[in-house]
Order: sequence, then C-alpha cells, then structure tokens
Amino acid sequence: MKTPAELKYTKNDEWIRVEGDIAIIGITDYAQDQLSDIVFVEIVALEGDSLDQGETCAVIESVKAAADVYLPIGGEIIAINESLMDSPELVNEDPFGNAWLIKVKMSDLSQLESLMDADTYQKLERDH
Amino acid sequence: MYTPHTQADRDAMLKVIGVKNLEDLFQGLPDKGKFPDLELPDGVSEMELLDELQYISSVNETPQELISFLGAGAYNHYIPAAVDNIMRRGEFLTAYTPYQPEIAQGTLQAIFEYQSLIAALTGMEVANASHYDGATAVAEAVNMAYHQFRGRKKKIVLSPSVNPHYRGTIHTYMQGIDLEIVGEDLDPEVSPDELIELIDEDTALVLVQYPDFFGRIYDLTKLGEAAHEKKALFSVHINPISLGMIKPPSVYDADIVTGEGQPLGIPMSFGGPYLGLFATKKQYVRKMAGRLAGETVDSKGQRGYVLTLNTREQHIRRENASSNICSNQGLIALASTIYLSLLGKSGLKELAELNYHKAHYAAEKMSTVPGFTVNPVQPFFNEFVVHCPLPATEINEMLLQHDIMGGYDLGVDYPGLKYELLVAVTELTSRSEIDHLVAVLEEEYHD
Amino acid sequence: MTEPTIFELSRPGRKGIRFPAPDVPKTALPETFLRDELPLPEVPENTVIRHFTNISQLNHAVDTGFYPLGSCTMKYNPKINEETARLPGFSQIHPLQPVVTIQGALGLMHEAQQWLAEISGFDAVTLQPAAGAHGEFTGVLIIRAYHLSKGETQRTKMLVPDSAHGTNPATSTMAGFDVVELPSDERGNIDLEVLKAELDDTIAGIMITNPNTLGLFDENIVEACQLVHDHGGLVYGDGANMNALLGIYKPAHMGIDVMHFNLHKTFSTPHGGGGPGSGPVGVIKELEEFLPAPHVVKVNEGDENNPDFYDFVIPKNTIGRMKSFHGHFGVVVRAFTYMLSLGKNGLLDVSQSAVLNANYIQSLVKDVYNIPYERLCMHEFVTEASWEDAPGVRALDISKRLIDFGFHPPTNYFPLIVHEALMIEPTETETKESLDAFAEAMLQIAEEAKNNPDILHNAPTKAPFGRFDEVKAAKDLILRTQLPDDYGK
Repeated sequence: MKTPAELKYTKNDEWIRVEGDIAIIGITDYAQDQLSDIVFVEIVALEGDSLDQGETCAVIESVKAAADVYLPIGGEIIAINESLMDSPELVNEDPFGNAWLIKVKMSDLSQLESLMDADTYQKLERDH
Repeated sequence: MYTPHTQADRDAMLKVIGVKNLEDLFQGLPDKGKFPDLELPDGVSEMELLDELQYISSVNETPQELISFLGAGAYNHYIPAAVDNIMRRGEFLTAYTPYQPEIAQGTLQAIFEYQSLIAALTGMEVANASHYDGATAVAEAVNMAYHQFRGRKKKIVLSPSVNPHYRGTIHTYMQGIDLEIVGEDLDPEVSPDELIELIDEDTALVLVQYPDFFGRIYDLTKLGEAAHEKKALFSVHINPISLGMIKPPSVYDADIVTGEGQPLGIPMSFGGPYLGLFATKKQYVRKMAGRLAGETVDSKGQRGYVLTLNTREQHIRRENASSNICSNQGLIALASTIYLSLLGKSGLKELAELNYHKAHYAAEKMSTVPGFTVNPVQPFFNEFVVHCPLPATEINEMLLQHDIMGGYDLGVDYPGLKYELLVAVTELTSRSEIDHLVAVLEEEYHD
Repeated sequence: MTEPTIFELSRPGRKGIRFPAPDVPKTALPETFLRDELPLPEVPENTVIRHFTNISQLNHAVDTGFYPLGSCTMKYNPKINEETARLPGFSQIHPLQPVVTIQGALGLMHEAQQWLAEISGFDAVTLQPAAGAHGEFTGVLIIRAYHLSKGETQRTKMLVPDSAHGTNPATSTMAGFDVVELPSDERGNIDLEVLKAELDDTIAGIMITNPNTLGLFDENIVEACQLVHDHGGLVYGDGANMNALLGIYKPAHMGIDVMHFNLHKTFSTPHGGGGPGSGPVGVIKELEEFLPAPHVVKVNEGDENNPDFYDFVIPKNTIGRMKSFHGHFGVVVRAFTYMLSLGKNGLLDVSQSAVLNANYIQSLVKDVYNIPYERLCMHEFVTEASWEDAPGVRALDISKRLIDFGFHPPTNYFPLIVHEALMIEPTETETKESLDAFAEAMLQIAEEAKNNPDILHNAPTKAPFGRFDEVKAAKDLILRTQLPDDYGK
C-alpha cells in the first residue's frame, strides 16, 4: 500500500496535502482497495460552502459499499474535483494524484495537529 | 402439517447431533417459561380448513351482492385471467429477493420490465421496483426531499386535496424529524395554483395529487415552475389508469412521481397488499429508496439483470441509510407488469376512456335528482363529488338498504364536507347499475 | 439464454385484451389534458403468457429446490393459502365498505391478532405494518411516543447490537434517534458489561434479535432486558427469527416490550420475489394506547342469537397510520389459514423440526467448516467460509458453486461480525435426504476449494447464467429498456 511520506492522514483513511493555508484532500490507496471498483463519487459540498472539521464532504460508492468522507480540517471549500463525476475509477487508479476530492481554505491551522503522519498511518493499517 | 420427518428420521438426526431427544436441543434456554402451553386449538385437515375460511368469507358482502361506487384510493377494476395465471407460478411466487442473479433472471427481468413500464407510463426517466403502497410512496418522497437538502430546507407544501390517508402517513413517518408541513388547512376546494404563495426558500418539496382526491384534473405547469423557482422538488401522485388518457406529470416538470398501483390488475383485498409506484428524474436515482434492477452482462456475454445501486440501502449504509425499506411488493409489481403488458398502448387508453365516459354519464344523471348537485369546476376522470341534500352518512345508510354502497363520505376526513359524497365509477359499473342508483335516489328524495 | 423484453416483443397494432364498447353515451374528452404518446408495448395475450412463463423458468424457488437462505425462513408455502386468499369474500371487498358488510374480514383480523398474541405473550397486536422493516418503524415510533408521553424528551439514543440486521439502525435513524452500536461478546451474546456502561437516561431503548442473527439464543437476554428496564428504557424485539420459538418460548417473557412478526417468514406466506410481506407488531399492555390507527377490536361479545361485532377504533395516543387502509389483509388471510391448519401442536412441531434440521446440518459440516460460536444453534447457524489452505476462496465462491449442485446459496456476508459469513437456515419443511444432499455438497466444495479452486472461481457453470458484471451495472446504470426513437410507429 502506498503511503506518501509528505502527506498527513486520518484514521478514516483520508489524506491531506498542505500548501500554505490550503488543504487538498482525498482518500488513501488502502481505502480505495477496501472499497474495490468505485462507481460513483458524490461531493456533497459546493464551492463557497463552509464546513466544520468532521462534517461529511463526500460519499464514495462502490459495488459493495458507500463510504462517507469526513472533512479532516474545517474551512471554506475553494475547489471540488469535477472530473470524478465522469471518471470515478480515477480514485482506484490514482488516489493521491488526479483523484483529489476537495480543496479547503483552512480556517483553523491548529487542527493540523490532530492529523497523523505517514508512519503512524501505516502502522494503523495493519491493525484494521 | 408440512413437516415431513418420521420418528426414524428424527432419531437418526438426533444421534448425529449427539443429543437424546428434541427437548435437549433447547437446553440453552431459560427453564422458566420454556415450552409454554399455548391456549390454541388443535390443527385441522385441509378440507376442514377450507370449510372454515369459506364460511368466514361468506359473511362479507362483495360487489356481487352490493353495487359499489366506492373509490377513494382503491378501485374495482377488471382483472384479466392471464394475470393470476402467471402470478400463481411457483417460480415467481416462491422465489425470494434476487440476491443470486444467476438463478433469478425471471424475477430480475420482470422487475426491469416493471421499471420500464412505470417510467413509460409516468413519463419519468427512472422508476424503482416499488414501495408498499401509494401512501408510503408519498411518505418516501417527502423523506427523499428532506435528505436531498441534508435537512437544510425544513418545509413541505402539501395540498389539502391529497388523499387523507397519504397525508396521515406522511405525518407518522416524519414525526421524529424536524419538518414543517403547510397547506393542509387550506380550503380543500383550492386549486393547486393557490399553493404557490406558500412556497419559499425553506421549501424542500411541493406535493399534489393528479387527479386529486376529489377526482379533479388541474394544469400543474405554474405550480411546478413556482416550486423550481424556489429550488424545491415537485412531486405529483397519480392514478395509473388515468394516465392511459391524460398528460403524465413529466409534462409539468415533476421531479418525483408516486402512484397507487392497485388499479393495475390487483384485487381490492380489503386494503392490501397494494403497490407503491415511484419514479423520478435520472439525476435523483441515487436518492431514491427501494430496489433497482439494472442491465448488464454475465461471464458468457449474455444480457441479464442485477439489483444495483444497493449500497444506498439499509443493509450497507445501516444508520446512514435514508430509508429502512427492505422487502418491496415483488409479486404485486409482477401482477401490474403482466396487466400493463396485456393492455398495452391501446388497451390502457381504451380502458381509461371507458371509465371516463361511464363516470360522466353517472355524474350527469345524478345531478338530475332534485337536491343533488354535481358541479365539477375542473375536468375529472372517474371520480367526482356529489353535493347531497342530507349528510352523506344518511344517504349511504339509505342506499345500503337498497344493496348499494353509494360512495365515500368526505365528512370523515374534511369537517366542512359532511354533505359531500365521493363517487367512483369504473368499467365494471354497468349503465343499469348507474340508472338503478339514480332511480333509488329519485324515489327516496323526490320531494 | 437471453429473453427479449416485453418491449422488444411489441409490434404496432397488436392487442392483448379487448374491453366492451361503452354502454353509455360518450362525453367529450378534455382536449387540453389528453396525452400525446403512450409508449407501452403492443403484444397479444399468447406472447404475454409465453414470455412470462419462459422467464419464470429461469428462477430457482422453494417450489423448485432447497433454499437455505439464512434469516429469510424459506419454508414451503402451502397452496391452500392461495385458495383461501382468493375467496371472493376476501379478495373482492373494498377497504372502506360499511363495517356491517365486512364483519367476516374484521373477525378474521381480530382472531389472527389473538393467535399472534397467544404465541408471543404480548397483550395486543396490530396487523397494519406492510413488512418487517415497516413493523420495526412502527415499534420504534411507539417507543418514542411512550417516552414523550412521560415527558422524557432527553431519551434520544437507541442501542443496536453490531450483529443486527441493517434495517434496525436505519429504522432508528428514520424515527429521529441517534444509533449507538453495541459489540457482542465472545459467545455471540449481548455484552452485559458494555451494556451497563452505555445505559443512562438518554437511552430510549435497545433493539434486539433473539435468537440473534448468529442463530444463537442469547444467554444474557433476560438480564439484558431487565437492565434496560431498570434504566427506564424499552426493549424492541426483531421477530425475524420466530421460527425457532413457536411453542418453545414466548418473546414477551424475555422482557421484550414491543416486537414485529414477519408473516412471510415464520407464517409461510410466499416471498413473491421480494414481497409482499406483512409485519404485525405485538405490544405489552402499557404500549397499547400508542398502536397505529385504525385498530381492530371486538366491540360486542355475541350470544346464541347474535354474532360478535367488530369495529375499528383509534387508540388513545396513536402514533398515527403507517400506510393507507388496514394492512396487508391478503397476506394475513394466508398466514391465518396456516395458523389454523397447524394448531398448537403443529406450531410446536415447526420450531422443533426447524431447530433439529439446522443442528443436523451444523453437525455434518462442523469438522470442515469453522463455526465461530461452538454451541447448539437454533433454527439457523453461521459458518465462516474460508480456510488457510485455500487462499483466495471466499464465501462468494462457495455460494456460486452450490448453485451448480442445484441449491440456492445460503445468506452471504451477514451478520457483519463474522468474516466470510454463510448463514444457513434449512427450515422445517425439508426432508432428511434434502439435508443430507446439501451437507454432502458443502463437504465436496470444501475439498474442491483446497484441490481445485478454479472450479469455484468459475462457478456457476451449470446455471442458466454465469456471474454478472455488477460494476458495469452500477456504472452504465441502464434501469429501463432503451427504446429506439421510432418505437411504436
């Protein structure tokens, strides 16, 4: 399972890439593998919405499950990945790259401290 | 008794399990209360059983004994013989939900065809495999609208001329949810356009019936536009037979269409099991509760069908599911599929027109009886309101003594309508029965 | 073999049925409301019959073979039930007829209520809910109404075991409760320590299934119900597994306050390819006032000259109506016919035989299939269908291979707490030969899993169809027949 070292992670299998005060969010390689073939991605927030940490921002649907994605950091949604509408399989193919879900302008940078680093996340996976 | 085991069978099986007798199988249960003595009679043979049930059924009076003009959500329509012929086939009757598609293509293809027929009938893009009945379909529409907006829009505009049972069911379903329901206290005579002023930014859904509970057909264009202008969903509840003749709600840009499918080859059966029709625009397919059959191919490249999008359903989403629906009305949906296939394009139109002509004849004749007014403000299909010189309960009591069930007393649900009778006429009502009703009314109320 | 759809069999101008010409003068049609197109198929009756007869034969059903689908109780559906349900005095009556004209129907409903009450130990029963999930919703709304009537608005949470059927948490959410999940203990029972830790005055109640979804009688059930009551909560019972308890134990005696029955499981009404069901609900005396409206009661006790008289009433604090009219009367007639035919001894025999049959199969396969909770089971049991020396073989593969042997597979992947679960419920109507054949197939498949796994991965090969591409179905989303633009012209 790939776990890029420069990213942050949550126990709900989301990854976060931090660029200044913008957080880019997606789901991990482990998550897409667990879900298997993804058939639909629904991003429930709109650009301009403000969401709190922990609110559902997306639902990722495969043939076996429909998993909620919880916003790891609260803030204003500045971009959503529209290409996932037509190509949900990108989440399986490129979970850390082209299958980013949402970009958030973080409202409280201290929330970053609640995230785990790559090593901690990898150790978690084995206990799943 | 339908258990086959002989004592020899049981003994052999108990030996393999490793216990002495049947009671030992229940050793893990608390002793207190185990093997209660049920105060029930002994079982009977099939002959005695049939005798007993025949006796009970003979106590009831059917349209063979009483001429009926009852509608109000359940209708006496002709059921072609072919419908029951297929329904009784063990392969359909005794199969379960098609979880293993390789050995369930009969059920799955029938569901797919049902979905196709209902979508075609209602003019909508997609239909599900059914809800329990019209009332619960309407309630699920409300539930769906509430979840569509994630609880941010908390108002439903509900017409007072929607069937009272449906409105009651909505209230029951939503009693644990923070939702405001407006519109029901308006004068039931209001036209749909008079609901427009109730729609605002907080409205999640606007819901009407077409033809409405009083049988009236209205143009819903303006109402649909008003709902969409405030970004609310627009839901229309239909009578499927009427759609053999009148414009489907897709013409009014409905987002959701619900219906009571009982008229489609399903016996009245004292109120159930019936059939909840549910169809939507394609963009709402993931929000639709209930089962869906989708087309695909198997490992040999053969076209076939599977239950799909079931990750929305309770067994996967659990507490995150928007609805708890599990069973639908499988066999009943099958009956309607056969019925619609038999009638088809020309048959349903012919049937609708036959209902229309008979109902209009009845309305015209009834209005010739002194004191009785039939004053339709709008076109109607096969049901209409009769204003009576006395309370409708008294009219019905009198008619029953002449072996006639006159119609539904609207005073039961609408305090201001105690003198109004809702009369339904179908293809099974003969001209002579209508003439007889009119003759009896004339006889009793000629002063 | 792919069958064309009814739309594909259509040809313009064909008719399946004729109606008589109107015997009344025609009225002008409402021109502005007439629809332009009605794109329904046009086929003759012969085609309809042939089409549906042919596709029916693609189904496995209880009437064609063994169907051990755990938690669904696929028992034999007696054909006499179909006759009684079709008697005109039952099938042709309108639900809004004057009460004096349908005393037979109300009497039957009342008696069916009494039978269910006697079997279960509850004080009153409603027949209104249309299915099990609908019954659950009814029961949970009753619990909510009860607490509100006592001013206890702080009870916003419902406890649900992790082994519960998905309808349980979904129902709680629909009723406005927050769901708190309870893990089971190592013996598959409710974990009493965890339960004690969760119980306080914010808990409205607990939803339990007993026998539970592992097919085991919960050894802690009486104590669990007592604990919930001590903290002011109520106990909801999911009655899906009643087939193990008829004449064996009354659910009300466990401490359950409200419970639904599944007539289409325990009481032999046909499953119909996914319905219609019927989910009556039984309640203890304190909850009677909350029952859905309308409710059937006996108003007058009859004598030699007059029959009993029945009517509908509105319970004092009713939760309201759950659907239109009175419930699935047609299904109730079938279930009532069944109950009468069995009588008290027949009912006991059902549960004894159901439990015997399940334990028999469990004993035959337990040396090869891992049974996670090694105990006598009740009417069904769960096995974990995977082996270390058969990597890559999963419950799904075993299920598909069973199809090649002519059996419907057991329930897969439920309950969620058992890995690669197969839940097997033979029911009481199977012969010993049928059970032996099934066990033999299971053992053979276990062998194949280790020595020749490809047979399993490619299965089924003997069914009308092979495995379907479910991903394609979800992606393409073709949910209706695609019609060409010139269809019907």
